Amino acid sequence: MSPREIWIAYMTIVRKEVQRFLRIWPQTLLPAVITQSLYFVIFGHFIGSQLREIHGVSYMSFIVPGLVMMAVINSSFSNVVSSFYGAKFQHHIEELLVSPTPNWTILAGYTTGGVIRGLIVGTLVFGVSIFFVRPEIYSLPLIVFFIFMTAVVFSLGGFINAIFAEKFDDVSIFPTFVLTPLTYLGGVFYSVNMLPEFWQKISKLNPVLYMVNGFRYGFHGFSDVHVGISLLILCGFMFALIYTALVLLEKGTKLKS
Amino acid sequence: MYALRVKNLIKTYRNGVEALKGVDLDVHEGGFFGLIGSNGAGKTTMIGIITGLVNKTGGSIEVFGLDRERHLNRVKKHIGLVPQEFNFNMFEKVQDIIIAQAGYFGVPRSQAIRDSEFVLKRLGLWEKRDTVSRQLSGGMKRRLMIARALIHKPKLLFLDEPTAGVDVELRFSMWEYLKELNQSGMTIFLTTHYLEEAEQLCRNVAIIKNGKIIIHDHINNLLASLEEETYVIHVRDTSAVNLLENYHIRILDTSTFEVDLNKKGSLNDFIEQLSQKGIKLVDIRPKGNRLERLFLKLLKD
Ligand SMILES: Nc1ncnc2c1ncn2[C@@H]1O[C@H](COP(=O)(O)OP(=O)(O)O)[C@@H](O)[C@H]1O
Ligand SMILES: [Mg+2]
Repeated sequence: MSPREIWIAYMTIVRKEVQRFLRIWPQTLLPAVITQSLYFVIFGHFIGSQLREIHGVSYMSFIVPGLVMMAVINSSFSNVVSSFYGAKFQHHIEELLVSPTPNWTILAGYTTGGVIRGLIVGTLVFGVSIFFVRPEIYSLPLIVFFIFMTAVVFSLGGFINAIFAEKFDDVSIFPTFVLTPLTYLGGVFYSVNMLPEFWQKISKLNPVLYMVNGFRYGFHGFSDVHVGISLLILCGFMFALIYTALVLLEKGTKLKS
Repeated sequence: MYALRVKNLIKTYRNGVEALKGVDLDVHEGGFFGLIGSNGAGKTTMIGIITGLVNKTGGSIEVFGLDRERHLNRVKKHIGLVPQEFNFNMFEKVQDIIIAQAGYFGVPRSQAIRDSEFVLKRLGLWEKRDTVSRQLSGGMKRRLMIARALIHKPKLLFLDEPTAGVDVELRFSMWEYLKELNQSGMTIFLTTHYLEEAEQLCRNVAIIKNGKIIIHDHINNLLASLEEETYVIHVRDTSAVNLLENYHIRILDTSTFEVDLNKKGSLNDFIEQLSQKGIKLVDIRPKGNRLERLFLKLLKD
């Protein structure tokens, strides 16, 4: 295919993906906003007002980046996993498989769909947070970089999950048993410096911690971990996941018998 | 020039089923080819490998002289597929399905919108363009699959049992349309259960059995190889028909019966016999489905 034709195919996938989640927005956009708002009210407002400041910012302000990040992670991941698994389940993935659209374009198209939903949800949640606390911005480029890269990484993760999934249950196993614990333990609600040393060490094996802290650094200018390492981890994950997804697509794993 | 050359195609599924055991097949450019075989013979597997839905185990495929593996994307552009099972997004609208498929082939959206109008009108689906595919009738879904396969103007069209479960009226109109497409230069490859369909449409056929091609020939040669022909004969009254000896006769009702006749001039003799016995002939016609018998005979061997 010529670059122009590839662009057309890519835009076709992106358009379909965006239309899909916009069409069912009460399922795809609203829940994250409601849940995160509850966190703002309960943890930030009710409980947070009783707590000490962390690194000189209010507890409410401290948890905003983490809650935005959490919403982005869930939305990006679940967008791609449900859409791509749905395409497999209903067999309309065959429309793509018989076409000359290259595998990397298929991957890019679905990933872009997940990223767009992640960014929309992230923006909405951040918008809600403004009602509770005045936003602080330390470095806009870092904020944009971290949110974007996180959305990319988890969209790719959702894609790979969908490739392996054989039934609807498989779509929620990874989010429930891996993603959610890692996110909750990833320093969304606390600074790992508040933990005993042993748990600090364990926590630092959690990649989500680096993403949350990198993102938070963009708002507040402090982080529990080195921001350079956060950048490297995100880039490393991205390349590893792209590579894995492309190998799986090339082999046709669970897509072609 | 061949539209399709398949050499020694092998497929063993992961569960050990040998669906194709070294298949060779040629389809001429502009040809109308039929692959005939019973359930599980390997037809869908073969089409799946050529179109990109199934990984092959061995063998090679050329499409319009291009090696499928080396020129995968060019080959795919030439091919359209009407699969055996419905495979739409159930929540998508008819016209959106077609436009998206065009997009995957690199057709610009504005052109896809125009072309989809043409092809949907031709297939009688234009009124349904804003209906989600789930709400279409079976026949409409079939036609939608054909429309979708044609939107990027393929040169080689695969149809996997396109008329299975389709009512007679639609079947005939589909046949007409396929003939029309073929006359406009499109090479057509269809699989079918219905031998009548192959006889009506195809110039070349192959019969596949347990993953092996057992016959690959021009349809006229196949039919010529049948030594006997069955005729359906209408008479005033069949009660005297039993008087005819040395013939294989099956009486259907009081005015019709069937007879198997050797090809070599025996029809004349038979008609003479009828008039000698005083049986009044009303109508005589060859029974169709000759392939059917050939097929059954071959499968028994
Ligand atoms: N995905 C699959 N996994 C394992 N075996 C399969 C698969 N698809 C088809 N088969 C087997 O391969 C053989 C050929 O099937 P198929 O190509 O669908 O035949 P046909 O289309 O002629 O009915 C059958 O025995 C079928 O059970
Ligand atoms: Mg089949």
